[in-house]
Amino acid sequence: MAFKVRMQIEGSTATIRLEGELDGRSAPELNELVVRAADQRVERLVLLLEELSYMSSAGIRSLVFAHQKMPEEAEILLVGTQPDVAETIRLTGFDRSIVMRETLEA
Amino acid sequence: MTARPAIERIDAYPTRSIGGFSVRAGRPLPFGATPVPGGVNFSVYSNNATAMTLVLYRAGEPEPMAELPFPDSYVIGGVYSMTVFDLDAEGIEYGYRAYGPFDPERGHRFDPSVVLADPYARLMSDASTGPRRSRVALDDFDWEDDSPLRLPHEDLVIYELHARGFTKSPTSGVSAPGTYAGLIEKIPYLRELGVNCVELLPIFEFDENDNPRSHPVTGEPLSNYWGYNTVAYFAPKASYASTGRYGMQADEFKNLVKQLHKAGIEVILDVVFNHTAEGNEHGPTISFKGLDNATYYMLTPDGHYYNFSGTGNTLNCNNPVVRGFVLDCLRYWASEYHIDGFRFDLAAILGRGPDGSPLWNPPLLESLAYDPVLRDCKLIAEAWDAAGLYQVGSFPNYCRWSEWNGRYRDTVRRFVKGDTGVAGDLATRMVGSPDMYGRRGTSATINFVLCHDGFTLNDLVSYNEKHNYANGEDNRDGDNNNQSWNCGHEGPTGDPEIIALRGRQMRNILMILLASQGVPMILAGDEVGRTQQGNNNAYCHDSPLTWFDWDLVERNADQLRFVQKAIRFRQAHPVLRRGPASAVSWHGVRQWTADWSEGCRVLAGMFDAGADDCVYVAANAHWEGHSLELPTPPAGTAWHLFADTSAPSPLDAHEPGAEPPLQNQSRVEVGPRSVVVLVAHRVQVDQRDNGKEE
Repeated sequence: MAFKVRMQIEGSTATIRLEGELDGRSAPELNELVVRAADQRVERLVLLLEELSYMSSAGIRSLVFAHQKMPEEAEILLVGTQPDVAETIRLTGFDRSIVMRETLEA
Repeated sequence: MTARPAIERIDAYPTRSIGGFSVRAGRPLPFGATPVPGGVNFSVYSNNATAMTLVLYRAGEPEPMAELPFPDSYVIGGVYSMTVFDLDAEGIEYGYRAYGPFDPERGHRFDPSVVLADPYARLMSDASTGPRRSRVALDDFDWEDDSPLRLPHEDLVIYELHARGFTKSPTSGVSAPGTYAGLIEKIPYLRELGVNCVELLPIFEFDENDNPRSHPVTGEPLSNYWGYNTVAYFAPKASYASTGRYGMQADEFKNLVKQLHKAGIEVILDVVFNHTAEGNEHGPTISFKGLDNATYYMLTPDGHYYNFSGTGNTLNCNNPVVRGFVLDCLRYWASEYHIDGFRFDLAAILGRGPDGSPLWNPPLLESLAYDPVLRDCKLIAEAWDAAGLYQVGSFPNYCRWSEWNGRYRDTVRRFVKGDTGVAGDLATRMVGSPDMYGRRGTSATINFVLCHDGFTLNDLVSYNEKHNYANGEDNRDGDNNNQSWNCGHEGPTGDPEIIALRGRQMRNILMILLASQGVPMILAGDEVGRTQQGNNNAYCHDSPLTWFDWDLVERNADQLRFVQKAIRFRQAHPVLRRGPASAVSWHGVRQWTADWSEGCRVLAGMFDAGADDCVYVAANAHWEGHSLELPTPPAGTAWHLFADTSAPSPLDAHEPGAEPPLQNQSRVEVGPRSVVVLVAHRVQVDQRDNGKEE
């Protein structure tokens, strides 16, 4: 499935919606948006992952990339992470300073 | 401010096409498969090959997607390197076909029909989900500010554990049993135990199915559980990672190291450079054998494999090429994984020359001793091999290598079971074995009584004989010289007296170990009395027989608490860790009069580094109790009771620092087969002043 990514910045929150497969080929696209969000000095980065069918090791690395690009106190929120991807993120220790939620409102 | 864009490389583009892929001449260094801008750089060497082909697979697929012969212009010396563009590093697996003579008499076994694993592969696919093949590793990791801990070697309390077996049992209660991630969940247990170093049985990729035998009763195939048969020296074992199916075993293992370091616990790897998983001429061709057999293996003049390892082949460690390989590998683990040290399996082999003869100044051991990347790594030798070279006390050490002290093990075992004539040797072993390591301090000796290879502590006091029938060799395998004693009944018993005696014997051994100068090593599970039902060679059982049974933590809570206190006591007393041996005086039933006679089973040592650090250890292996005259403690102090293994729990060990004073300061009663440990504390000048010190 083709990878699609869109970002919306409202106030101090950047929301990025991902679709398809996030892997070594598509991760640079996401990283580019993260850099843009960081340049705008947002305080909150929300990644909507409900429509993401697959996240590879390179994709998970994008989360660390985001953590390193964003200001120290910025919040990174993952919404709708597939359970096995969430588990992988946790077991490899990539969940540092990242909050995972089932829904945006939760 | 936006960072300036990095200057793009001018060589990040292909120059030609091979096998349908855009490529250019690669970079010979580093060896292995390395992601580079736009693609992956492959580099492999063989001095005796005549040609080489890179074979690429889509991950998990049976047939290659492409074969890319290395053009002549991509070869420098014996190194074949090529950068392949537009490869999804995560989605591929790879290998090599090496061309050259098949001429076993001259040592050559080239066979281009076999796709070989890359000796430098930093990742291997999980063989439980498909073929075991080399993969490309993404090596970026968020280490934060982690680095190796650099704990003083003599302050270590090493805990030898199996990364899978430690949490594989359902009783472990962890979310991912049998994995690196599972082990992370048990770090609080390790902290409470008090150990500050874990030594992991092999975690380099190995073949767990390498065992032709089956269980004689159930008929189930036996495995190679311990993992002393390495397939890929740069790759962490994929099946030990809960995230292995994502190819994230490297990340998961790095996270384990990071979390252990955060808890103040060092990580030592058990590494197996004496042999590989390829066996002899009847074994499989996996990697080295097909890449450059004559270089990697010690061969007889007619091309057969020397077998100093007892497993079929012997890695040719002092060949300059192989030496470089070993050094590359250890540097990689030290720098890429922040590993704190290495324990070398059958290390005497690493001191043999290409023809097998022991060298007086083995280049490999010297290189490792002086390497700058490895400077702060602990280097521990299992200083013997399977062909009779026994170098405990004489291993080429460069004042750098320490040794598994096999003599310590044998002497403590013999003393505690009641043998006569060993009290004198026990005294030597308890002060760092100065007869062997006198000029080198206490870090030269790794003191242990039990390790993965042999009985567990519980079995050492429960069995006279090994019971290895389940290993499928009619009980022929495994050591017959165990120096064990079953305390009056072979195996499990309901007899409360025997059970009590076994409990005491276990505490005696643990207490002597933790009160000896030199670095103690505890076998995981011994602190809670883990059993292997008398099996002293359980290498082939990946089952509850070998897994840590976490129910024991509750069932044997008393023994666990004893060990926790004994470790804290050791950490509170530098004299037990650092020596010097000359700080120790020997005593017996009479103070200042140790009885070194043949029939004596009583030994007492005063480890005296002054009023703040003085410990008295009395060990009685006699079946009768003895009353021992006490030496006078340092001026201004009085004896306090830390441990008495004959006392019922919880009085068998007191809180370090809060030990009760001994009523009678001139004598101490040491019960039958018991160990008593006293500590000198400053005397309160006015006992009536609510116990406050002046």
